[in-house]
Amino acid sequence: MNMKKLLCTLAAFAMVLGLTACGGSDGTSGTGAGETAGTEAGNDAGTETAAFMVGATGPLTGGAAIYGNAAKNGAQIAVDEINAAGGVNGYAISLRYEDDTHDAEKAVNAYNVLKDWGMQLSLGSVTSKPCEATSAETFADRIFALTPSASSVATIDGKDNMFQMCFTDPNQGTASAEYISSQNLASKVAVIWKSDDVYSRGIRDTFLAEAAARNLEVVSDTTFADGNDKDFSVQLSDARDNGAELVFLPMYYEPASLILSQASGMGYAPKWFGVDGMDGILTMKGFDASLAEGVMLLTPFNADADDERTTAFVASYQERFTDIPNQFAADAYDCVYALKQALENASATPDMSASELNDLMIQQFTTMTFDGLTGSSMTWDASGAVSKSPKGMVIQDGAYVGMD
Amino acid sequence: MKSKTALPGVPLMNKVTCVLVIAAYAVLQFMQTRGMLSASLRGMLVPICAYVVMAVSLNLTVGILGELSLGHAGFMSVGAFTGTAAAMALQDLIPLAPVRLALAMILAAAFAGAAGFLIGIPVLRLNGDYLAIVTLAFGEIIKAVVNNLYVGIDSAGIHMSLLNDNTHLLPGGKLLIQGPMGIGGIQKISTFTAGFVLVLLTLVIIFNLVSSRAGRAIMSIRDNRIAAESVGVNVVKYKMMAFVTSAAMAGAAGALFAMNYSTIVANKFDFNLSILVLVFVVLGGLGNLLGSVIAAAALTILPEALRQFYDYRMLVYAIVLILVMLITNSPAVKALYGRRFSGKEEA
Repeated sequence: MNMKKLLCTLAAFAMVLGLTACGGSDGTSGTGAGETAGTEAGNDAGTETAAFMVGATGPLTGGAAIYGNAAKNGAQIAVDEINAAGGVNGYAISLRYEDDTHDAEKAVNAYNVLKDWGMQLSLGSVTSKPCEATSAETFADRIFALTPSASSVATIDGKDNMFQMCFTDPNQGTASAEYISSQNLASKVAVIWKSDDVYSRGIRDTFLAEAAARNLEVVSDTTFADGNDKDFSVQLSDARDNGAELVFLPMYYEPASLILSQASGMGYAPKWFGVDGMDGILTMKGFDASLAEGVMLLTPFNADADDERTTAFVASYQERFTDIPNQFAADAYDCVYALKQALENASATPDMSASELNDLMIQQFTTMTFDGLTGSSMTWDASGAVSKSPKGMVIQDGAYVGMD
Repeated sequence: MKSKTALPGVPLMNKVTCVLVIAAYAVLQFMQTRGMLSASLRGMLVPICAYVVMAVSLNLTVGILGELSLGHAGFMSVGAFTGTAAAMALQDLIPLAPVRLALAMILAAAFAGAAGFLIGIPVLRLNGDYLAIVTLAFGEIIKAVVNNLYVGIDSAGIHMSLLNDNTHLLPGGKLLIQGPMGIGGIQKISTFTAGFVLVLLTLVIIFNLVSSRAGRAIMSIRDNRIAAESVGVNVVKYKMMAFVTSAAMAGAAGALFAMNYSTIVANKFDFNLSILVLVFVVLGGLGNLLGSVIAAAALTILPEALRQFYDYRMLVYAIVLILVMLITNSPAVKALYGRRFSGKEEA
């Protein structure tokens, strides 16, 4: 008897949940019925006056969530600042991030949800593969997109309305090899990279090509992959036995932190050189920051910089999200301000359709110069790639210090 | 040979399933042409079809053959990569998209079926948990291989290499599969209609297989392997038949799925996806194909419908899963279901 009662309650509960779920999807299907996103936007926003609808997808949950949330928070700070200061051409910006769990399929789903919402401008996706999938959609739907951090070449390849705020992967590999050889940091180099990661592979490939051109000798080239990314003794021994003076680590900071601590455990102390994915290693929980002492990396953003805008951004980020912003947050922050500048230059208004805005934005982005947190005098070429100079950083006393 | 396992109500169920699938297609297609569907739902139509085919084909292995397979996504991966690579290679040769898609799906099914056959030779001599573990390993192997596979095509033919890109393509050639970067720049030629045709084809093939002599042999292996062997049923042969059919269907589903996106990577077809499809099957009911269809469609839409819960989305999703599991297993629902479809059975 008791069991039956319990089941009945559960069934009722499930029905309620089911109904709310249906309600949600009905709601979106109702508003999505129209074809033009631009005119829908006004009805959808409903409560407020007209606003520019800016949408983006990123991994807000799952393994890559720190990147998605950082970008979301960075963009949100910029939007709030702009709205508080009177908006763009007098109109507010409305920002919405949807979760894509770092998966191309989910990213397209999330993109479609945003389209139903009435998105006029897109911040693309945070990570490379999902952004490759959504950029095909924004291209087909003629919605302008500017991604903060999706760095693969395929993201912008062949799409006239897709722009990047970050360097492309090949650029990073080339720039790193150039930097190492021009600063005479080492003549024998080892590379440890993640074989099933697009980001890692892209940088490694161009690094090797540039290293060969500059007579840098790559003495050890070892890999790891998802699932065997905990023990690096084989890779490190190989680098040491081949006499590498510098180890290049094109990867995100989690495996890099393990490599650093295991190398210190086996008494191997070469020079370390990382890329922008290494940014964040100092704030990683449970990592002894003294191990990262002397690590060099190329990154466009430095949270310890003392210019006015960076300090204001870092302070406001810390206050709201109790965290030190990384490069993803700064890139997303810059994206919003770049959009603002372009919208103002073009005197755009929210009642324009997405495709009208798209044409204006392409025109603006290929001609304008933008100063942001992650670089000054940035320009974009027609392919959508950004041109800005990377900053060489070295970790000293637990902080990034400029190398030049 | 009179089979006890074939329920008297089963043929009726088959018709009901096919009619429901056709009706669902007609309604959705009508709504789509009238612009009554949200972009969100429109975008999910093709993946739903692919997942339905995945669930139905896995149900053949798990529900009808009675062997637990944890590597179904591996077959999907084989199909996705061969199908998409074929479609890209044939792009200039066959300009008509539906023909290219059909050809790609057939090729994908053939390759996945062949993979199923190869893996079946050692695996199907095992039973129960052992088989589950080996299929799991198979899925991981496929992932690792595709992650390191480079395939390119140029005027001199097809070039392949492992680990590093040593294809050395002539000018004008293109790299189809690029290791961990998977396939990029895919033309999106999958359509809802193609998905519907594939779903219907899969259902018809499996219904026919199940109600045939071979199907009864397959079910007899599930119900009692020793008894089946003792009356002369060739266990390995019939197991292989079910396993390869299931793999081929998954391959076609993979091709359909991959060509709905502009990019596809091997890591998409991981262990989690195999488990997801298994959840569809278990939730819909082992051996119940209509259940698989409904469960696959509902559980693909559900996470999207729950977006309003933001961070708690996957938590709510899990709770809903548990509730559905409890409810579909409650005696009251089972009794209702039994009365409706299998005539004789009493509550």
